[in-house]
Amino acid sequence: MTKTPIRGPCSDFNFYSKIMPNITALHMRHIRKVFPGVVALDDVSFDLKAGEVHVLLGENGAGKSTLVKILSGAIQKTDGEIVLFDNPVEIDSPKQAQKLGIGIIYQELNLVPSLTAAENIFLGRERTNSVGLIEKHTLLSSAQHILSSIGLQIDCDQPVRSFGIAQRQMIEVAKALSLDARILIMDEPTSALSETEIKQLFGVIRKLREKGVAIIYISHRLQEIFEIGDRVTVLRDGKLVGTRMVYETSQAELVKMMVNRELKEQYPRHRTDRGEEILRVEKLNRKGALRDISFSLHRGEILGISGLLGSGRTELARALFGADRIDSGEIVIKGKCRKINSPRTAVKLGLGFLTEDRKSQGLVLSLSVKDNITLSSLDLFSRLGVISNKREEREAKSFIEQLRIKTPSNHQKVLNLSGGNQQKVVLAKWLSRKADIFIFDEPTRGIDVGSKVEIYQLMNQLTAEGVAIIMISSELPEVLGMSDRILIMYQHTIVCELKSEEATQERVMRYALGAA
Amino acid sequence: MKKELLIQNSRQLGTFVGLIVVTAVFWILSPYFLTISNLMNIAEQASINAVIAVGMTFVIIAAGIDLSVGSIVALSGVVLAGALQASLPVPVAILLGLGVGALCGLSNGLLISFGRLPPFIATLGMMSVARGIALFYIDGRPVSGFSAEFRSLATGEIARIPSPVIIMIVLYILAHCILHWTKLGRYTYAIGGNEEAANLSGINTRMIKTTIYALCGMLSGLAAVLLTARLNSAQPIAGLMYELDAIAAVVIGGTSLLGGEGTISGTLIGVLIMGILRNGLNLVGVSSFTQQVVIGSVIILAVLIDMAVRKDRTILLAKGIIK
Ligand SMILES: Nc1ncnc2c1ncn2[C@@H]1O[C@H](COP(=O)(O)OP(=O)(O)OP(=O)(O)O)[C@@H](O)[C@H]1O
Ligand SMILES: [Mg+2]
Repeated sequence: MTKTPIRGPCSDFNFYSKIMPNITALHMRHIRKVFPGVVALDDVSFDLKAGEVHVLLGENGAGKSTLVKILSGAIQKTDGEIVLFDNPVEIDSPKQAQKLGIGIIYQELNLVPSLTAAENIFLGRERTNSVGLIEKHTLLSSAQHILSSIGLQIDCDQPVRSFGIAQRQMIEVAKALSLDARILIMDEPTSALSETEIKQLFGVIRKLREKGVAIIYISHRLQEIFEIGDRVTVLRDGKLVGTRMVYETSQAELVKMMVNRELKEQYPRHRTDRGEEILRVEKLNRKGALRDISFSLHRGEILGISGLLGSGRTELARALFGADRIDSGEIVIKGKCRKINSPRTAVKLGLGFLTEDRKSQGLVLSLSVKDNITLSSLDLFSRLGVISNKREEREAKSFIEQLRIKTPSNHQKVLNLSGGNQQKVVLAKWLSRKADIFIFDEPTRGIDVGSKVEIYQLMNQLTAEGVAIIMISSELPEVLGMSDRILIMYQHTIVCELKSEEATQERVMRYALGAA
Repeated sequence: MKKELLIQNSRQLGTFVGLIVVTAVFWILSPYFLTISNLMNIAEQASINAVIAVGMTFVIIAAGIDLSVGSIVALSGVVLAGALQASLPVPVAILLGLGVGALCGLSNGLLISFGRLPPFIATLGMMSVARGIALFYIDGRPVSGFSAEFRSLATGEIARIPSPVIIMIVLYILAHCILHWTKLGRYTYAIGGNEEAANLSGINTRMIKTTIYALCGMLSGLAAVLLTARLNSAQPIAGLMYELDAIAAVVIGGTSLLGGEGTISGTLIGVLIMGILRNGLNLVGVSSFTQQVVIGSVIILAVLIDMAVRKDRTILLAKGIIK
């Protein structure tokens, strides 16, 4: 069989979608992928129709990202066959995947922080004028156009560095859309988005689907599958478990297929008696980020913080942790007024801060799993600056077991772990620190349903020991299910505090949208 | 499992093969090359670059660069020489030399971590400042003629091994241990790999960075001590282009200029390759002008090969040819 790549991005795109609405866009047959020490995919076959949203589901490390990375040319398969619109193809580079009309949003965001949003969106595809200069004006206006189509109101002439992770995720979406791809892959595009943005995104996806774009969609948020998916394929340990039509299946069946066991309660919060006050914040202000923030936190409590993108949740966490300066206000920890001017001071005072963006702020990707787990707690494993290797190894091993981090060994570079497993490593890093006050910003981002429950149980255990947790999450059911109290932020300030009994999805959303 | 280890260390293996190749080439070209006395000679000559390269390894792993090492060698050298001439006790003079180096490094570190200057700029400035002060300090003239006690640092031997070589060996063992078994070492890798994550983990990144540059400066001071003792003279123009040799050794040894990765043993091999090249080219009678061209080319070639090897490896891995 001769293998000829198809040329031209979407010249014949409408032809396919209109004349043959039920055409198979993509066939992946018997795909196998081997990494050193890991079989990531083993004989996986998968097909995708034009105009469908095909969901890929599976536990952390099941092989979802690996499968789509093979399609996008980021990695090469060990074995197997890819057929695109009836033409066998070899995809050996991202550039070629683009030429074939395959667009992807990677799980780990891949924007250049120093470039502007517009520059990122058109990176490598800038239109130039006759003397080879980039037409900045066109660039900006086309970027703005795409961004407004997904409902993101930002100044796209600002460097990406200045945006939060949710905005970055939307910029990635815009980038993928600008490709005009006929196969669009989204690897956990909603992991940091809240309801409003997700609604926008789904609107865009529905439009694309009508146009006949074939979409592969990866997510750990099961309810999304029923909202947007047409078919769903489940992977487990690199093997294909099965494919179902979404209207024929149920959450319970999918979970069973994923983890091979029944899952009990999804939010197993054991409330503990509220202890003494451990943190009090009074009239915290930071220009352009925080306005008159006051609240208190008690031992044994999980305090949820909810709010839209840009409402100031992460800014609050960063200010508490000394990562950003505050203009005015008081932070009282265990009864003493404290000045926190660096993360180091915060850690010394018993705080821990799990950042929302694991890749740029949480992990040192070039270091091993073990080194990352003990990064913030190294002083507990060393004396006079010398590290006790044995104790360090033991600590890392115990977390790998406890959180079921999927890695061939302690010494694997974190870079090589799957997204969800990387997230578990960040979590382990802070659990190992044994802080009194944890600030968790999107703690379960990218973590599968089964492991989530285990992490919630760990939180229960922590609060039972008298630890206090501030949990920021854009996943409303998580906030509602796990928090004892919920603070709702809107435009850089706290607009409302709800007890868990009185909080409902609708109420929280109403306040988050700014209703009085 | 063994295979995996091999692949993980293949970069270092490559450098090692390079070392064997250059050795073989010069052995064929000159029969004198592989004699014990010449090998000792090489080790002794390489020891100065070796000492500087240790500090440079720390700096580069932490994703920095230090261009001022050569000038610091000159400045430490003249201060040391001045102290010796003023008949200060030898240990005090040596401490002065090391102290001046550490001080220069410290100001590099402070400028970089607290002044937030890019390492390239801060150390480029120091390169000029330190050299200028050295010239100023002894009015441009070399200082020579020191006591035998001081010179024994370079000329002495223990069990027929020249003392600079012994100092070098001890230093490398120490540096290896620091990089692998101490917090300072771990944090060096962490800062080089992702400074923001390190900072947000509660690591005092500024202090660690400052320490690393100060350490690099102090080691340049140590290099100045060895150089002055060997030449029995200190010159304000000493140490010209030393930064090139040190950076080259580190990079040839497999430390990534992007930071976060690298080993001391790799640097040692890099230092030996550089030393053998200089010694061998001399033996074979290549002019010093041509030598510069050859050495520069070798550095470029080494990095090119390194990149090719890395790329190749991922492809081989991807195709499942190696596992
Ligand atoms: N570059 C790599 N080197 C070694 N192993 C790898 C590499 N990339 C992925 N793996 C391994 O392959 C397996 C599958 O990873 P993959 O990223 O596809 O998982 P995933 O299904 O996307 O999980 P998640 O839900 O956590 O994102 C994991 O065990 C992972 O450790
Ligand atoms: Mg993934």
